[in-house]
Amino acid sequence: MNEPEQRSAGGYRLEEDGRGGVTLHLEGPIGVSDSAGLIKRLDRSLTPQAGGTVAVDLGRVTYLDDYGVLLLSEIKMSTLQKKADFYLQNISHEISKTLSMYNFDTLGRSESFRKPKRANVLTRLGEATMRQAAEAKYMISFLGSVCFALLHVCLHPRSLRRDETYTCMQKTGVDALPIVGMISFLMGLIMAFMSSVQLQQFGANIYVASLVSLAMTRELGPIMTAIIVAGRSGSAFAAEIGTMKISEEVDALFTMGFDPTRFLVTPKIIASVIVVPLLTIFSDIFAIMGGLIVGVFTLDLTANAYIAQTIKTLDLFDVLLGFCKSAVFAVLIAWIGCLRGFRVRGGAASVGEATTSAVVSGIFLIILFNSIFSVILRYWE
Amino acid sequence: MERQPVIEVKNLVARYEEETIFDRISFKVYEGEIFVVLGGSGCGKSTLLKHLIGLIPPASGRIRVAGCDISRAGEECFDDLLQRIGVLYQSGALLGSMTLAENVALPIQEYTELPKDSVNRLVKMKLTLMNLGDYADYLPSQISGGMKKRAGLARAMALNPEILFFDEPSAGLDPVTAAELDNLIIHLNETFGTTMVIVTHELESIFTVAHRIIMLDKRTKRIIAEGDPRYLRDHSQNRFVKQFFNRLAGDTMHPPAQEA
Repeated sequence: MNEPEQRSAGGYRLEEDGRGGVTLHLEGPIGVSDSAGLIKRLDRSLTPQAGGTVAVDLGRVTYLDDYGVLLLSEIKMSTLQKKADFYLQNISHEISKTLSMYNFDTLGRSESFRKPKRANVLTRLGEATMRQAAEAKYMISFLGSVCFALLHVCLHPRSLRRDETYTCMQKTGVDALPIVGMISFLMGLIMAFMSSVQLQQFGANIYVASLVSLAMTRELGPIMTAIIVAGRSGSAFAAEIGTMKISEEVDALFTMGFDPTRFLVTPKIIASVIVVPLLTIFSDIFAIMGGLIVGVFTLDLTANAYIAQTIKTLDLFDVLLGFCKSAVFAVLIAWIGCLRGFRVRGGAASVGEATTSAVVSGIFLIILFNSIFSVILRYWE
Repeated sequence: MERQPVIEVKNLVARYEEETIFDRISFKVYEGEIFVVLGGSGCGKSTLLKHLIGLIPPASGRIRVAGCDISRAGEECFDDLLQRIGVLYQSGALLGSMTLAENVALPIQEYTELPKDSVNRLVKMKLTLMNLGDYADYLPSQISGGMKKRAGLARAMALNPEILFFDEPSAGLDPVTAAELDNLIIHLNETFGTTMVIVTHELESIFTVAHRIIMLDKRTKRIIAEGDPRYLRDHSQNRFVKQFFNRLAGDTMHPPAQEA
């Protein structure tokens, strides 16, 4: 009979009897800080032969928690994989309680995690189509309920939440004025600079005023304002309603007998329709001021001449057109923002997605409707 | 036997803006103890908990948790301490974009060297212990409130901390689940010797789990009772303490100041 061969390291000692049997003596506490190292070292040093046995002696283990149980189950699994037998020795009462708490006997038999299977292309395509269809259906039904809510407010003006509408007007309109003014001013400045380079060659400096004022009032003023409002307020609407949805505030409104659409959406749409056109007017004025400054300081125009040319170029129709366009944009921004908010499901990440999508689809709708306006006007005028 | 205090609070003053929540309160929590903080609604139980885990710095006073003075800013031991404590928040506070398994695996992957397969197996064990073995791949938004709480406990227990803090563990749970949670708390305490600090006002679970309690009072902003809950129920002279333990309606929500 061979003399038992002994190896030792911190926390464990291996003893081989030379006939394929290995005894692993574990020592001390086996917890969070010890198990990772032990698993790695034992993976290398514990190599049972097929048909042999691995006995784990727990007699000198002072403390064992689930990290220890994990270590034992790792040893057990690798042992069984190599077709050797596995058993535990000297299990104290405490340890056996812990082992049974984690169902040690059945551990490792069931596969730990099922991998989510990736569906094939056709299934995914179908699912995506169904999702889009459901989305479109919801969009239409939401549009309908918004129309009903607005109609209801028109018939019963007292049902509108006044204070909420005023607050919303301030947040969407007044608070946006500095940034809208600043950006429009710079837009006017840039346009005047760019056009002056060309127009100066023909001595047509004065037409810078026409170009800036016409382009801003008819196209760029409404678009720029709407894009800023989509970024500022469309996202805010989506985030607000989305968070309310998650914290069950929307459900609470419903059970209190309020129509969530009428309660939450109408103030936002009405406030936007009122303030966004006003913002657009401001945007036009600031842009013309930007052009004026370029005209006066670099093109040798007088302020009077510039303003006179601006007035000569613009007629009421241009201003009203910009006004109407921006009212339509306002409805679109508020509508899509609220819609995305109501589509929030789940948690914080979903609110983020809704906010992103509110801004992206808001800007898309603005450009789309602006194109529609252009086509209509082309044939109408 | 001389027991070591793991949490020591000395003359703690807490203030929100101008409003004082506690005025110079002191207490100790000993190793391996289940310590319950009681009090009526709005007396600052959760505020006290947030002080103990270092989320709010105290206005004045000292807090030592596991040998680390967390009342002073910038203590180096604080990062280390965070691995030795676990917190179960009121509604679980699971990260919504991750599955339950990923939530529980997060601290284990970060702070241990375990290989990935072992982490998965450990997570499975921990979730199974909380009866959530079949829900490992669910998102927090897909499970019920009680399940979120149990998953939160599994995450708080991820690194087998020395001290576990519970914020209203049984609030919003049905009696059966609440009793199971109580058993689990006792079991973890007995098996691993984990110190538990529990903020609650569920009478049932107080008598089942608590070794020692303190009761906070909204009016005096002090501790009005300390000791074994069963003893206090039968022998306390303070009217509010008696009302609380015997579930009597008070004439007001405010207890009379210090009758005892």
